[in-house]
Amino acid sequence: MVAQVCNLWLLVVGGTGLQPVAVGGTNEKIMTDNNDNVLPIIGMEIHVELATKTKIFCRCLNRFGDPPNTHTCPVCLGMPGSLPVMNKKAVEYSMKVGLALNCTIAGRTKWDRKNYYYPDLPKAYQISQYDMPLASDGYLEIPLEGDTTKKLRVLRAHLEEDAGKNVHDLPGCTGVDLNRAGVPLLEIVSQPDMNSVAEVTGYARAMQRIVRWLGVSEANMQMGHMRFEPNINLHITRDGKIYKTPIIEVKNLNSFRSLEGAVAFEIRRQYELWQDDPDGFTLEKLGKQNRGYDVDREQTVFQRDKEEAHDYRYFPDPDLMPVVVSSDWRDRVAGEIGELPLARRERFMTEYKLTFEEADSLTMDGPTGDLLDAVVEAGAEAKRCSKLLMSRGLALANEKNCTIAMTGIKAWQLADLAKMQDGGDINATAAAKIFDKMTATGDSPADIAQADGLLIVKDDSQIEKWIDDAIAANPQAVAEIAQGGKKQKKSFSFLVGQVMQASRGAAAPADVQKQLTQKLAE
Amino acid sequence: MNPIIEKSVTELAAAIADGQISAVEATQAYLDAIEAREPEIAAYNETCGDLAMQQAQAVDAKRQAGQTLGPLAGVPVAVKDNLCTEFGHTTCSSAYLKNFKAPYTATVVAKLQQAGAVILGKTNLDEFAMGSSTENSGFAPTKNPWDTSRVPGGSSGGSAAAVAGRLCAGSLGSDTGGSIRQPAGLCGVVGVKPTYGRVSRYGLVAFGSSLDQIGPLATNVTDAALLTSVIAGHDERDSTSLPNPVGDYLADIDTPIDGLRIGLPREFYTEALGGETREAIAAAIETYKATGAEIVDVSLPHSRIDIDAAGNISSFAVACYYIVCTAECSSNLARFDGVHYGHRTAEKVDDIIELFSRSRDESLGDEVKRRIMLGTYTLSSGYYDAYYNKALKVRRLIADDFTAAFEKCDVLLCPTTPTTAFKFGEKTDNPLEMYLSDIYTISLNLAGLPGISIPAGLSKDNLPIGMQLIGPVLSEKTLFRAGRMFELASGISRLAPPMLKA
Repeated sequence: MVAQVCNLWLLVVGGTGLQPVAVGGTNEKIMTDNNDNVLPIIGMEIHVELATKTKIFCRCLNRFGDPPNTHTCPVCLGMPGSLPVMNKKAVEYSMKVGLALNCTIAGRTKWDRKNYYYPDLPKAYQISQYDMPLASDGYLEIPLEGDTTKKLRVLRAHLEEDAGKNVHDLPGCTGVDLNRAGVPLLEIVSQPDMNSVAEVTGYARAMQRIVRWLGVSEANMQMGHMRFEPNINLHITRDGKIYKTPIIEVKNLNSFRSLEGAVAFEIRRQYELWQDDPDGFTLEKLGKQNRGYDVDREQTVFQRDKEEAHDYRYFPDPDLMPVVVSSDWRDRVAGEIGELPLARRERFMTEYKLTFEEADSLTMDGPTGDLLDAVVEAGAEAKRCSKLLMSRGLALANEKNCTIAMTGIKAWQLADLAKMQDGGDINATAAAKIFDKMTATGDSPADIAQADGLLIVKDDSQIEKWIDDAIAANPQAVAEIAQGGKKQKKSFSFLVGQVMQASRGAAAPADVQKQLTQKLAE
Repeated sequence: MNPIIEKSVTELAAAIADGQISAVEATQAYLDAIEAREPEIAAYNETCGDLAMQQAQAVDAKRQAGQTLGPLAGVPVAVKDNLCTEFGHTTCSSAYLKNFKAPYTATVVAKLQQAGAVILGKTNLDEFAMGSSTENSGFAPTKNPWDTSRVPGGSSGGSAAAVAGRLCAGSLGSDTGGSIRQPAGLCGVVGVKPTYGRVSRYGLVAFGSSLDQIGPLATNVTDAALLTSVIAGHDERDSTSLPNPVGDYLADIDTPIDGLRIGLPREFYTEALGGETREAIAAAIETYKATGAEIVDVSLPHSRIDIDAAGNISSFAVACYYIVCTAECSSNLARFDGVHYGHRTAEKVDDIIELFSRSRDESLGDEVKRRIMLGTYTLSSGYYDAYYNKALKVRRLIADDFTAAFEKCDVLLCPTTPTTAFKFGEKTDNPLEMYLSDIYTISLNLAGLPGISIPAGLSKDNLPIGMQLIGPVLSEKTLFRAGRMFELASGISRLAPPMLKA
């Protein structure tokens, strides 16, 4: 069923022939020759550094940003005689990602050595998983514009150790920092199911959200926690004949911006090159190539391979035992996952009637969504709570550069606050003030409203007194209302404002308007 | 000869524990022996006399303070120079690591130290344990104390010669295809290759990781059992080490096994086995028969050793072994690239690849290069299935043969080596012939089984002949008892080369 939907979608895109090809959502298109049908075919490898406390095969801290070679030991230094010992947590984290991506988790997997020489690889081999990945055959469903979604198939996800880093900014030499050597790295390989820049970035962002949601990676792009390697080519139909351009893998993209730029550039570049030489610029003739991305020029660039021909001579690492994943273990890990972000966003929209924007913001992380569920559980109205969170919650979160849940707001406070506003006890201005204050102090909204005089005054005689005072003090406005004409409406609003001011916001504007109208009619 | 040197490990440990001999006296006796005979034998790459004396003094102080002593307290031992030690150097007898100082100590060495052993130094080997004679040492070959014109065997030739020449009371070696048992056989000492995973490999510079195992060399079976019990056991730093508890190897070591069934693999008794070795093994079989042991005919079809009309010997096990071990070593030794430690070329290089190539080319020996190239080839894409994968299948068949054989017997008996110690240079021109000195020992490593080499007697030329007992996984206790039975019945134990009497 899934596959059929997918094929249908491809047919629609691929079969229209004369349409421009979307390369960057709706706003960026390349115009094709009238008869060309250009279909970008894009797959991607995503590397995610897992946020385990220690490295994957030793007990060194997995920490970014410390002085070079301060988190190293004989094992991650690749000292002769040292041996790796698997970090079970790294396997569990990877299982979580695999399960969240609807993958099959292998009951038995193993570790392989990928042999190559490079100064940042102290053993001259990387421990990885070659032919038995921990997770395989899954998919990630991403939202597209216009209320549609697309299932993008995940071929495999395997665990490996990261390499160190060559440091080139030393005078007269190159240094090697091995703090990163042995950091657990999950490589997630998609099928070539993406057909536009929007789908590529949608996939990448959805992946970032999932790994953050699962708590397995900070997925911080600046710290290199996520790296993208898209491979791109075009299937071009001209005069009934299908041409395939060479597959270009763009290496080591470390921001969404670079990813978007590189893919968009490649689509344009390949189409242009193909137009110049339709029979020469083809996959058949040129095969696969690697390119890098020049961020400043916003172009992909030719990249020489580190070694001429790679033969990694994979073989099973004799120092590590095969990993057996029992169904008990898998089920326990699966039980820890809970609802996934996209499913929750969907539920918030249908169950709580939130807009896409609201639901999207409140499902960026787990605890914020949990907060909304908790206030609804406590009997508050979801939409009201959502509005409070989207206004003050989001503002505070942005100020503090944290998630909404981390601003300090408690579910019971928010529930009480929402109920007070819905019950007409406070107005929106007061609610906003109370929100900020209770987040800071931890007090109940009722206490804050009481103490700060923010409760709406329902005592008619009190309101009447404020109205009388306003009428007495502003005879000109009263006169203008009595005269009718242009200034009537403005003067009425002015008087309401005076009363509201006298009540310091504690009167309900509707009550004031009603009583003022009555009073003036007397 | 100093009477201290005449004591076995077990006797010396007891004498030190009783206060009859101090650890300092024992250590001094061995340092004197090293001074006297090491120039002739060249067993050590490095001795650490000062450190040994400090360790000995610490043992004596402990004893005087009435503290409990470890089972090897004050016993001077040596360790093969491919075991990492924070003291001294760890060279693997390679020019690449000539000045290398390990930043950590191997688990087995730490265990020896915890047991109170005094470590005298690091013994010579074929470079990175690749060889059967120590002639591949990047420094100088070790001489066989029985005849210094002959090889001590290898790769643990230094450890075997040190024990045979009484330059230490016992030693540690490593065995990838016979590297403990073969030199033990050629030097007339006892050598043990424990079950794969019984002893932690953490800190052993890897050659063939799925085959390597550390074990002891000693002058008799009881000492070997004691040393094994000290170094055996699970180590959380080695994922391949076995969790099973270590039994008490010494408890009834002197009690003969009632109804012991000894299997003779018929594939090991072909025409390839000749001369005095055949006679010595036949005599050993008779000795066992006299103790009441039952002799059983068994078959290990995939370990068969053939000899053709031209006298060329061939063996599946040897072929399989040289694919597995070279593949693993090509990867294990890749880290010696001149970047992080060890030898780096002094030449001006144009790029990093040239730095790797030159550093390796300048510092690695021919045999090491040969095996790295073989292994690189067999793992290459397109050849993997034909070689490495095929070898793994053969390996499984070899292991299955042993399993079947052990349904009919408790241990297997065969020679350790086809011949006695050979002369220097005799086999250096023909690596294949050198490889064949391991034909009886190699299958055990492929199958992960324990084996022990015990002196079975001397040839007419007064050269030791070794016999090998093989047991199923974790049968060390049985092997020690069966070996001890032979010592008791034959009276062959603690053979001393003539140079000791001079």
